[in-house]
Amino acid sequence: MSELRPDITHGSGLRPDLAAIADMIRPGARVLDVGCGDGALLEHLVRGKGVDGRGIEISQSNVNACVARGLAVVQGDADSDLVDYPAQVFDAVILSQTIQATEKPRVVLEHLLRIGRRVAISLPNFGYWKVRCSLLVGGRMPRTKTLDYSWWNTPNIHLCTLADFVDLTRECGATIVEAHALNDNGRTATMNPDKLTRGAFGPNFFAQGGVFLIKKS
Amino acid sequence: MTEAPRFLHAMKAPAADAGLAVTFDAPLVLDSGKQLAPFTVAYMTYGALNAAKSNAILICHALTGDQFVASDHPITGKPGWWTSMVGPGKPIDTDRFFVICANVIGGCMGSTGPADTDPATGKPYGTSFPLVTIRDMVRAQKRLVDHLGIEKLLAVVGGSMGGMQVLQWAASYPGCVRAVVPIACAARHSAQNIAFHEVGRQAIMADPDWHNGEYQLYGTKPSKGLAVARMAAHITYVSEMALQRKFGRALQNREALSFQFTPDFQIESYLHYQGASFVDRFDANSYLYITRAMDYFDLAEEHGGHLSEVFHLNAPRFCIISFSSDWLFPPAENKRIAHALNAVAAQVSFVEIKTDKGHDAFLLDEPEMFATVRGFLNHAAGDLA
Repeated sequence: MSELRPDITHGSGLRPDLAAIADMIRPGARVLDVGCGDGALLEHLVRGKGVDGRGIEISQSNVNACVARGLAVVQGDADSDLVDYPAQVFDAVILSQTIQATEKPRVVLEHLLRIGRRVAISLPNFGYWKVRCSLLVGGRMPRTKTLDYSWWNTPNIHLCTLADFVDLTRECGATIVEAHALNDNGRTATMNPDKLTRGAFGPNFFAQGGVFLIKKS
Repeated sequence: MTEAPRFLHAMKAPAADAGLAVTFDAPLVLDSGKQLAPFTVAYMTYGALNAAKSNAILICHALTGDQFVASDHPITGKPGWWTSMVGPGKPIDTDRFFVICANVIGGCMGSTGPADTDPATGKPYGTSFPLVTIRDMVRAQKRLVDHLGIEKLLAVVGGSMGGMQVLQWAASYPGCVRAVVPIACAARHSAQNIAFHEVGRQAIMADPDWHNGEYQLYGTKPSKGLAVARMAAHITYVSEMALQRKFGRALQNREALSFQFTPDFQIESYLHYQGASFVDRFDANSYLYITRAMDYFDLAEEHGGHLSEVFHLNAPRFCIISFSSDWLFPPAENKRIAHALNAVAAQVSFVEIKTDKGHDAFLLDEPEMFATVRGFLNHAAGDLA
């Protein structure tokens, strides 16, 4: 389900947003990775942190890749399957670069907050200055390295800015525990979520994406 | 005692490996409360058991299957029923794994079934054979696995009724198996499935040659009834789309409709062939018993319907495989099992393979299924020599 291409990676070999998420997960935790792709993050967590990991993934070939890694992954859809998971059984639920591709992001987010004690989410930032410029100057729907689709074939049907996402977490009654900006150079930087929604030139303008750790208030 | 298996039907391929049979004197205590003693389990093995006895994979066959999973069938002479999955270099690699497949109790390929002689009367059991369940079949398999000196199976794999047995293995003997692959199955038989089975049974019992199940004494066979049962069942194994694609309204060996009841359409002729070829290798009473065993299957029944309570915390690793166009055991039924296992924190994977081939897809060339099974077993086997 992940729509981001692996580009600049950290020492772990993980995509930057996944490396930032991995840092948020405690060793030995019970983790559900929703939209786990080919299982790179989940395998890193299981092998490296002794995590008891599970995954949900929509693509059959990705599920096969996960199964071959020895991971426990259920082929399914975040939009329809999360309802089948009982409440508060996972210490952490991960949703990486997927929320923008769901049909009902708010419903999905509420399920994640119900299923997991903490939710780690990464998402692309539609408020990123290059995205803004491409629409403002180019007059075309933005197409970037991380959102490399035409308007008519993109799976990313619910794009938002980092500030928009912070608003949604508040509407869902969630607290932001940690927030990191994903920058152009593949690095992450801690950001203050309260400042995100105020002022024009913060991470909401400069960051390609964000990584958040949230929990039910 | 290990011996050569005894078959009900004449062998067209006497050169084929007929496998082995082992007879147990200690009774098999059945779910019905009755006992079966002595009882025989006929089986085939492929590949070699390693010194640690850690590379054994048990394959469970479906309703009309048998132990000849990867070698020529001694009665029909046809290739094994799962040669695409099992063999040297195949996903279930017999160069690496020791593969066991046993005929189910109640069957007609050498394991004790209704066509065998009841030691108490000296006559064929017929319908006096005790009803057996999926769990009884698995109990008999466990006796065989014990007999072979294997404490822990690397995996149990099977589709359809074979998948039910796989689930039963995980529920009954979780400590005796490392990984399980239930394919195209369900944790319970649905009303629709029971309905189709009842049509088949009634067709057999309506055949005057059935003689209340004592047809062996009359020297007859309810072949017409059994053929109709097979024809009806066969429709459930394929999807509407696949039937349309394969046959459409094409006519069989004729240019125009005959305005008679002889088979005009290719689909009719195909079903007739399916029915006719089946009766040459299968016993009608076995068909009654085995369909009944499937009807009775409801894994969660004795746990108040709570499937998750069936499985223990030490459950084996699961890889559940389903097919999008399977309307006999739909993906949703398979997924139910995955969610129940998730609820008890079992290691479970679930895949839904896109195909228009229906339930029978598990027996056909489905590269995604092969890739799933290969990857899963490779990982489960780990560093096995």
